Amino acid sequence: MKNGNTFPHTIAELRLGDTAIIDSFTDVEISLKLLEMGCLPGELIQVKNIAPFGDPIAISVGGYVLGLRKKEAASVIVRRESPQL
Amino acid sequence: MEKETKEKIRPLRMGQHSSLKVALIGNPNCGKSTLFNVLTGLNQNTANFPGATVDKKTGTGKIRNGSGTTISVEFIDLPGTYSLNPKSLDEKIAVDFLCDRNHPDHPDLTLFVADASNLKRSLFLAAQIIDLKIPVVIALNMMDVVEKRGMEIEAVLLSERLGVKIIPISARKETGIDLLRQAIVSTIEIPKKEIFAREIPSGETEAQQTIERYRIITEIISGCLKIKMKKDEEVFSSGTDKILTHKIWGYAIFLFVLLLIFESVFFIASYPMKWIETLFIFFSQWGAQHLPKGEFSDLLVNGVLAGLSGVVVFIPQIALLFFFVAILEDSGYMARVSFIMDRIMRKFGLNGRSIIPLLSGVACAVPAIMSTRTISNRKERIITIMITPLMSCSARLPVYALLIALVVPAETKFGFLNMQGLVLMFLYLIGFFAAIGAAFVMQYLIRSKERSFFIMELPPYRSPRWKNVWLAIVDRVKVFLFDAGKVIIAISIILWFLASHAPGNSFSEIEKKYNSASQFPRFSDSEAGERENGDKQLERQGQVAAEKLEASYAGILGKFIEPAIKPLGFDWKVGIAIVTSFAAREVFVGTMATIYSVGDNTNSLSIREKMHAEINPETQKPRYSFAVGFALMLFYAFAMQCMSTLSVVYRETKSLKWPLFQFVYMGTLAYLASFIAYTIFK
Repeated sequence: MKNGNTFPHTIAELRLGDTAIIDSFTDVEISLKLLEMGCLPGELIQVKNIAPFGDPIAISVGGYVLGLRKKEAASVIVRRESPQL
Repeated sequence: MEKETKEKIRPLRMGQHSSLKVALIGNPNCGKSTLFNVLTGLNQNTANFPGATVDKKTGTGKIRNGSGTTISVEFIDLPGTYSLNPKSLDEKIAVDFLCDRNHPDHPDLTLFVADASNLKRSLFLAAQIIDLKIPVVIALNMMDVVEKRGMEIEAVLLSERLGVKIIPISARKETGIDLLRQAIVSTIEIPKKEIFAREIPSGETEAQQTIERYRIITEIISGCLKIKMKKDEEVFSSGTDKILTHKIWGYAIFLFVLLLIFESVFFIASYPMKWIETLFIFFSQWGAQHLPKGEFSDLLVNGVLAGLSGVVVFIPQIALLFFFVAILEDSGYMARVSFIMDRIMRKFGLNGRSIIPLLSGVACAVPAIMSTRTISNRKERIITIMITPLMSCSARLPVYALLIALVVPAETKFGFLNMQGLVLMFLYLIGFFAAIGAAFVMQYLIRSKERSFFIMELPPYRSPRWKNVWLAIVDRVKVFLFDAGKVIIAISIILWFLASHAPGNSFSEIEKKYNSASQFPRFSDSEAGERENGDKQLERQGQVAAEKLEASYAGILGKFIEPAIKPLGFDWKVGIAIVTSFAAREVFVGTMATIYSVGDNTNSLSIREKMHAEINPETQKPRYSFAVGFALMLFYAFAMQCMSTLSVVYRETKSLKWPLFQFVYMGTLAYLASFIAYTIFK
């Protein structure tokens, strides 16, 4: 599946400082909350902070910082900042 | 919702109205409360919407309009929200309030506070409000932040596209406020544009709808947001966050902050409290000497004044505590505490957001329980509500303070650790651990299919706005003085009556008994004899007062429950205080003051000194031994003795089951803890 492309699939797999672009959501309920707060497909995000013991994490999105649990972060599929060719 | 309101064209009050109602709405952290404070100053009141749990903070401000008339504007501050989804109860109440012109508080104008540094997200909500077809003015706040980031907003163009007035302001720097005031008094027209006008295809999901709405907002914003010079200003203070959310330093700093708060609340507040105590002793002495003797003066001095001193003496502690809580919230630190505590709180069926109610519970459980609304999961919210009153609130502080001073020696260990402070910290910690423990048990008792979320904004660190801090203190002190104060004084008066009246003629019989026994032979020639005689008389007066109290209605009530509390080491006097404390814990001190001052005509000792001097007739040792004092402290740490909290729990859970359960489980815990403590230390 990954076929040599090791880029993480969800926000939960990103490391501190990584940037990515929101692609889609796998969870309807969580996606509604996130969309409402401006986490839209196509938005650039960056992992800004990770709480002690790895959970929750903080990402910057649309000019502010959002804290969310790993479980919620795992429902957001991301892609690389610039499409690789 | 939007279609329904389209037809309703409100009759507009044109021309010369002398009063206006304005609702403030916006995202959380958009600077709404700062603007509210700027617009209203000290004239604020906090209450709830009738029949709902939504906070309604109102305040008034006067505005001079163009023709020179002064208009009194009532501002209503609504809680911050990200959307107006009628599915959420709180948000539905806001929508109804804004749209229903039959609502008693229906606003003439809605003032939308937009965070200019977060324009897209702000306008997403603003557009929903514009589509409600009500008069709207947008205050484009945080313009100073936008400028600092090297950006510029074309407010005029944006205003044209949205079809409403937009006034760029900075609530922190207080710029643009006069223009905003003029816009408030001159805007009455309903916006003509519809932002999300398009019919929503039936097959479209809510998510698609949100995405589509954001697309429309992005279109509107395009060309309005200009970057003058690219500045890579860090929106997020990563450096500070690295320390404050560090896995060791984060928790260490948090503990240190708590310690600092408790120590200062106890020690700094003790000075003004001593002054207040002295002042009241002076008043009651003056009253006892100069007022004509009689029932009314007695009521005034030993009923009202004693009760009042029990209220006023609290103010320094409450003010200090809210000073710290307001700073922590205003600076953005509280959000970080939620962030680092979520992982731990989850294990106890709680949420990182639960830490804010729990910490606010240290001040007062009533606003703390109201703040649990930010927890969307019902199970987590119920557990937080159930355990919050176990956190030692400021009403317990005077009880602790009195008892600690009574039974804990003011010694210093290891050169710096004050024993009294240490016992106080122990009481706060045991409250916290009891809360956590109760949560752990309850997560298995309460069933829920709902999912648990933790999605919260971490606002940038800001230096606290002193005006906000100051107004928060004034607000809390006012609520305490007028809401709690009323109850406390009423109870003091009832108590005074119960303690100074008795069934039948038992009082006169006691007096008769002592009068006939006082036929001492007279020593009139020696000075020593006279002094002895005087001492005896004083002693006899004390015995009469004590016997009278025992025979009074209050004494009868206390004696009635004495068998139940005897295993805890409490006598009937404490029994009276426990009964009256079911109204509010702080009544304990007032009750003790009333009980010990009834019949004492000199009023020259403070209540602590009077309690300290009391001897237990059974043991011939001081009545308030360490075991009794400690058991009593634990009882007050755990028992649910606050009518206001119980009524708020009822209001928030909409069920009698929860307040009842809370009352029983906390009472059981209190009884067991006191019993064990008394048995060990006896």
